[in-house]
Order: sequence, then C-alpha cells, then structure tokens
Amino acid sequence: MNIKLQPAVDALRDRFAADLKEFRDEATLFLTPEALVGAAETLRDEFGFVMLLDIVSVDYWPELEPRFHLAYQLYNLEANLLLRLRVPLNGNSPSLPTVSGVWPNADWKEREIWDMMGIRFDGHPDLRRILMPYEWQGHPLRKDYPLGYEEVQYTFNHAEVDARKPYPKE
Amino acid sequence: MGIEQKTANMGIVTTTLEQVVNWSRTNSMWPMLFGLACCAIEMMSAQAANYDMSRFGMELMRPSPRQSDLMIVAGRVSRKMAPVLRQLYDQMPDPKWVVAMGDCASTGGVFNNYAVVQGVDEVVPVDVYVSGCPPRPEGLIHGILTLHEKVKRERLAEWK
Repeated sequence: MNIKLQPAVDALRDRFAADLKEFRDEATLFLTPEALVGAAETLRDEFGFVMLLDIVSVDYWPELEPRFHLAYQLYNLEANLLLRLRVPLNGNSPSLPTVSGVWPNADWKEREIWDMMGIRFDGHPDLRRILMPYEWQGHPLRKDYPLGYEEVQYTFNHAEVDARKPYPKE
Repeated sequence: MGIEQKTANMGIVTTTLEQVVNWSRTNSMWPMLFGLACCAIEMMSAQAANYDMSRFGMELMRPSPRQSDLMIVAGRVSRKMAPVLRQLYDQMPDPKWVVAMGDCASTGGVFNNYAVVQGVDEVVPVDVYVSGCPPRPEGLIHGILTLHEKVKRERLAEWK
C-alpha cells in the first residue's frame, strides 16, 4: 500500500470501523452501508479523493453470504492515489444510501447497478433503468437470472417454437 | 415482321401495367441506412466501388425513412432499439420492403440473451433473409436480387 494512503486509512478505521485488506499494492476498505456516505464525505473533503472512478457491483450467489458487494474506486488527483471501498450487502432487499450527493457522476453508475443487479439507492434523484427498456422485469446480471433467452429452434421443434414467437400483425 | 417489332423500331413497347410498375420499383429501390453493427460495414462495402450496388438501382442510401423504399436491417437489434426500428418502419411510405441482413437480424445470431431481439421479424415483417456473419457483399447483393425477383412477381391485386 502506498504510504501516503496511511492517514486516510487510519481516519476511516477510527471513525467508521473500516476493515483494511491489501493485495499487492492495492488497498481496499470494507465498510457497512450506514457508514458509507460519511466515509465518502470524509475522503472527499479531508483527504482529497475528489474523483469517483467507478462503482462496480458483484454477485457472489450462491457461494458467499452476504451476496452482493459494491466496490467504489476512488482517485486522488493531486497525489495520484487509488483507494477502494467495498460494501457487502445481503440479498433480500439490498438498499443503501446514494453517494451522488458526494460525487455527482455516481448518478448513472448507480442507475446501471439498479438496472442490472437490483440494488436500490435511497435518495437517488432519478432511479430508473438505463440499459434495459423501462418496463423490463428482472435484473439481468444477477447470477440466478437465466442465461439464454429463447429456446433454440431446431428442425424437430420448429413448429412449437414458431407458435410462441411474437410476430407483428403489420 | 410482327407488329411488335415494327412498333419497337419506332420506339413503342407494349406490356402490362404490373410488369412496368414492378420493373420500375425494382430498378430504383433506395435503401435506408439502417446499419447497426458489424453487418453495416459489409453493407457499406457492398455499396462502395468494388461491389457496386448502384448497378442495381440503389444509387442513393437515404438516411431519412420518408425518402426510401427498402430497409436493410444490418446488425443486431437490441431490445431498447426495437421500438425505434418499428417507428422508422412505420414512417416509410408504401411500397416498402425489408431485408434482414445477417444472422443477428434474421434470428438473433450468436446472441441468445436478454438484450438482443431474437430475429427482427418479431418487430417488422421481413421479405428476404440474408444469412452470414457478416454476409459477404456478394451475399447481400444476391439477397437484393432475390428481393427484385420477389417484387417482379407481385400481382396488381396485392398492391397497397
């Protein structure tokens, strides 16, 4: 871990009970959903992490509990430091406060996570689907979402599949 | 010398209305640019100098649906794009034809998932399906010529 990250890591550990995990030279801090916005504001105001590079959501079903992890990748422009915050979430009705008040570019990233994973963000100004059509049911990138869409149409089941395909009435 | 040869020498040809109208429809069918993905590149190269499609009457490719007769759906149609496709098809004036170019437009291609419409015939009625991933320009031209044959067989009673 870069030694310049140490003050930020120490502050988050003391105030928000963060857990540090390191891998080679990457530093990751595990947080709870309640501590997220406070930690985000601290990092932005006191330690200069003004840039949110990405928010990534991972689904670990069925191997791990809690099922969802949200990773926030932060960047300090002046000192060239990268830091990651991870928030584990349970799968029943995952929701956590939005960070779009802290970094405005989190808006569309959180919309994508809502669309693909079904994680709600409380306080988000405009939470609706961004990649799928607006009335789509289901969240496609979850691990229990079916992989294919349509039954493959061979010669022997051509008629059955054809009867179920939606054709336009012109 | 029959009377038809005599009149032909004077520059008069007799034929049926069906044949004339169908011939004129095939010979100046203007496609609408609907290149969505990789098949668009093959459509562009079919239109370009080496495999010229303007030999077959497709001199212009009009981006506006109001001024085109033929919609070549080239590429995969995502679920979000499908209503747009239908709206553009509705904006084309009659008579209009649709060529589904490539595997993704015909059946969904290699993408059997939540995001790609499995065959553009779920959205618009298709006249000719051209297979290939992507079809070679000669393949697309063969599809266009098949469409020309189909148009030439149209009957007067079915005209819209």
